[in-house]
Amino acid sequence: MRGRVAVVGIGETTYYRHGASPDPEFKLALKAILAACADAGIDPRDIDGFSSYSDDRSEASRLAAALGTRRLRTATMQWGGGGGGCCAAVANAAAAIVAGLADCVVVFRSLAQGQYGRFGQAGAIETISGEKAYLMPYGVLAPPQRFAMRVQRYMHEHGVRQEALRAVALASYHHAQANPRAVMHGKPLDADKYDTSRWIVEPFHLYDCCMENDGAAAIVLVAEERAGEFRHKPVYLLGAAVGSGHRAGAVAHNATLYAGASFDTVAPDLYRMAGVGPSDVGVVQCYENFTGGVVMALAEHGFFRPEEANDFLTVENLIAPSGRLPLNTSGGNLAECYMHGFELVLEAVRQVRGTSTCQAARSDVAMVIGGPMVTPASNLVLGSEATL
Amino acid sequence: MNRTTSSSYLPAGLPIPVAEADGLSAPYWGGLRENRLLVQRCAHCGTWQFGPEWLCHRCHAFDPAWTEVEPHGRIFSWERAWHPSHAALKQHGPYVAVLVELPHAGNIRMVGNLLGDPMQAVAIGAEVEGVFEHHPTANPAFSLLQWRLRP
Repeated sequence: MRGRVAVVGIGETTYYRHGASPDPEFKLALKAILAACADAGIDPRDIDGFSSYSDDRSEASRLAAALGTRRLRTATMQWGGGGGGCCAAVANAAAAIVAGLADCVVVFRSLAQGQYGRFGQAGAIETISGEKAYLMPYGVLAPPQRFAMRVQRYMHEHGVRQEALRAVALASYHHAQANPRAVMHGKPLDADKYDTSRWIVEPFHLYDCCMENDGAAAIVLVAEERAGEFRHKPVYLLGAAVGSGHRAGAVAHNATLYAGASFDTVAPDLYRMAGVGPSDVGVVQCYENFTGGVVMALAEHGFFRPEEANDFLTVENLIAPSGRLPLNTSGGNLAECYMHGFELVLEAVRQVRGTSTCQAARSDVAMVIGGPMVTPASNLVLGSEATL
Repeated sequence: MNRTTSSSYLPAGLPIPVAEADGLSAPYWGGLRENRLLVQRCAHCGTWQFGPEWLCHRCHAFDPAWTEVEPHGRIFSWERAWHPSHAALKQHGPYVAVLVELPHAGNIRMVGNLLGDPMQAVAIGAEVEGVFEHHPTANPAFSLLQWRLRP
């Protein structure tokens, strides 16, 4: 699939604090899709497929009817994994194009948590069965409590210090200050503010946890042969991978490789398809559900060994333009918007185009890493025409 | 030592665990109510398995046998939760959840709370023993498996 599909349009709505969107979720999805089509210079009626993840409620047939698309040829939902599907949805759309099922596919995520409820609060249910039955009665209710023990174990096994997690948070906030789209634009974070912030669940301070937001974001994909027909310099999909390792989904907390981010098998798949290695990657967008997941995911993608995390993960190394590995250059889930990771895909496109508000010095090869610690997880690599 | 308690570590109002409609985990939850820890062990190849599944993940024999094991183990990981993610926990204060591995049962792991001072120092590797926490007046009645440091 390397180089066979290009991103030709990106678009998003205004990003809001959770519950602050004046628009309902489906309208947000329509706005993002139309913005992505306008960016590409494409007639929305020419879209012939939709791809999303995490049980997005803006269903493909309703979108096609609302937009008046001429025909619908692919409608793909990535199973499970929450934000772990943000790159898988792109992979599935690209695969449909390469296979000849569709020509112009929109990949998107829409989320209005004010309308439908937050991930960070367990609802008023009386009984529970399945995986959550082994967790919720013990107060392991929402994602912070579900993932803190994984990170705690990883920190124990590899001697990772709190400062490594802090550097990830500070890098996202640093970049958000240059990004007017960012919900945390104008709200800088420093080490002292991080250290004195309340614990959500040890080892996560408040600033180790993603925001919750309302908004939508979308991209338009076409086959490589058509990539030159649109308004912007095309950005090519060099590779993508999806999944997890042995029994990653074993309940409850019985994954074979527990203290990890689920990329032990997925990262090698990505590098193999993309034909690049860690040293070729100039800039990374890595899904911060929690900063600790970023630490594990970057190590599993070979940017450093786990034992080197404390030395590698410093603010200086993680900021654009010239840190060793500029990370989350829009502010990411922590400080731009928790668009369930899809804002990271748009930012990687901007990096390759050269239009980020925090442009990295090396941005011809840009990586996105979706939802660490979940299964299935996913990732992708984008590149400019020069990388083909 | 008393290995059961009717006092609850966390406030009432959290979701009550029940078996799935297909009954997969019913022996586990039923066992806890009788002060017994039942987990799956494949009768064909001896592989331990938790949580339960209809199939042994190693040899693919169906319906792994439910086997009683001693409720003791060691702390594999832990967390101290402060933020109330449920209305029942508002104003409750911090609590500790632990992930316990059972070396005598194939290192299967299970989540519970660590009884005692919620501000206690917690050490990965510490030996713990199970305490069956009964909720006979809840609707439906249920039991949990909690943990405390071994004396």
